[in-house]
Amino acid sequence: MILVLVEHVEDRPERTSLEALVMARQLAAGGAGGPIEALLVGEGAASAAGWLAPQGVATAHVVSHPSLIDYAPVAWAEVIVQLMAARGPSVVVASGTDRGNEVMAYVAAKAGLPMAANCLAAETGGPGEPLMLTRQRWAGSLIEEARLTASTALLTVAPHAVADEETDAAGAPTIQAFAPAIADADLRTRVVGRIEPEAGKVSLSDARVVVGGGRGVGSAEGFADLEELADLLGGAVGVSRVVTSAGWRPHAEQVGQTGLRIAPDLYIACGISGAIQHIVGCQAAKVILAINKDPEAPIMQRARYAVIGDLHSVVPAISAEVRRVTGR
Amino acid sequence: MEILVLIKRVPATGGRITLTSDAQEIDTKFLGFTVSPHEECAVEEAVRLVEAHGGSTTVMTLGPAEAEDQLREAMAIGANRGVLLDSGGRDWDAVATAAALTSAIRAQEAANGPFDLLLFGNESADSGGYQVGIRVAVALGRPCVVGVKALEVRDGMVVAQREAGGAREVYEVPLPAVVAVKEGINLPRYPSVPGRLRARKALLEVVMPEERAAGPTKVHLIVPEREETIAEVLGTGPDAAPRVVEVLQQLGLVGS
Repeated sequence: MILVLVEHVEDRPERTSLEALVMARQLAAGGAGGPIEALLVGEGAASAAGWLAPQGVATAHVVSHPSLIDYAPVAWAEVIVQLMAARGPSVVVASGTDRGNEVMAYVAAKAGLPMAANCLAAETGGPGEPLMLTRQRWAGSLIEEARLTASTALLTVAPHAVADEETDAAGAPTIQAFAPAIADADLRTRVVGRIEPEAGKVSLSDARVVVGGGRGVGSAEGFADLEELADLLGGAVGVSRVVTSAGWRPHAEQVGQTGLRIAPDLYIACGISGAIQHIVGCQAAKVILAINKDPEAPIMQRARYAVIGDLHSVVPAISAEVRRVTGR
Repeated sequence: MEILVLIKRVPATGGRITLTSDAQEIDTKFLGFTVSPHEECAVEEAVRLVEAHGGSTTVMTLGPAEAEDQLREAMAIGANRGVLLDSGGRDWDAVATAAALTSAIRAQEAANGPFDLLLFGNESADSGGYQVGIRVAVALGRPCVVGVKALEVRDGMVVAQREAGGAREVYEVPLPAVVAVKEGINLPRYPSVPGRLRARKALLEVVMPEERAAGPTKVHLIVPEREETIAEVLGTGPDAAPRVVEVLQQLGLVGS
């Protein structure tokens, strides 16, 4: 049996969790053996489980516990440890999100098992055989092939690295309530408050368009041009590490190895040379448009479209053209 | 406040990574080494907390003998003591790393008194395992918050924030605690000249830990092939704007 932790926002499974289910199906088909069972925790879990019909999930274990309404990583891990004892999975898969990696690390620590983060592929010769893993190192600048032998293999799946396909093996999962025993000690680390973003601001991680700025922007003031274009396109501004190190923009906007990894429909890279540490954060974009003075910049080898020129004249011209076309 | 910061020595990779001929390691012949970026910020955060609350900062690493350089870098910006766990130059897995750190932390606490706070980086730049801090916290039975981008200590509590989508989540745990920070929590300072001199002369404690490997076991490394495209040049300078907006329309991002 393969157990998959499915994260959900309100009553919809997260795309990254659907990606984790793709890897679970590959493993089930490739020797680890099925069936696939899902675990969903917290408010909206049962309705989110209803969305798993085209995902080849046989059973969805749903936990609604008064102490698990807000996120509490150790308690979530305890739920998985107890479900492992009850169901005996050969593999447990989560997505390589902040929460997925965190929860699985606790599962690993509690159960005394190894854990492999941010896998791209996994296969095995059969039950009891080691897993052959392909996983990201250096945030994806480097790939490692590794062998994992464990009574239960604990994996997370690198976000946006596999396509979130559906399967023909359709059929709604059987929904089963699971009632874990949660100790107070498992609730010490939990969300006690939330600071919401400014109203109306598009979140960088969800934006369909991201206007990225690098060293070439030149100054904090220089970002006004990028913000204007991002606003016109209903998008968000993202930046490279140079920009946050210089104090031009807040770190929350950093895209790359030590910042966010984003997957917008369009990434407009303005004055960004294209160092690998930045590329690993934006390579999941469907389309990259590079605006750069240097036609030889490495970003040109990653971009589908390019404009050669000074971003401070090109970006305002694009904004003006968007205004003209849309009549705004 | 007594703070311990756990750091890792990693190669300072540039534009393109090349591997050794056996594909086991990054070829570091032409590379320098540095403290993994999140951990650089962990050291800075510890020094700031000690400046505000008093106490001292100890910095510990599991690494090759040369990781002494990274301990001294941390001491140059204000850490008071350094402890090197000699890995024999091998790349230890997360289980073995956490076990060695846990034993060394217990030994330090038995000799010098308890730490109020253990600071880790959220994940190391090289292996990216996302688990060593959590494993140590569970082994020591201390509460832990990871992914932290803002940290405050007051009345025996750690108040920590982390990003979640566009929002920030707030966590509160009692000391002694474990916190794994992310780059962006602060801007690390540059070492001062007196700081460097002090760090150069400081005594380091060296420990020879026992390796208890659990896997996964590295088979080899691969530099991923990236599809290198040739970008379609839409134009030069501001004159390209109409063509750019046509593309935006084709992508359904601008109405017509």
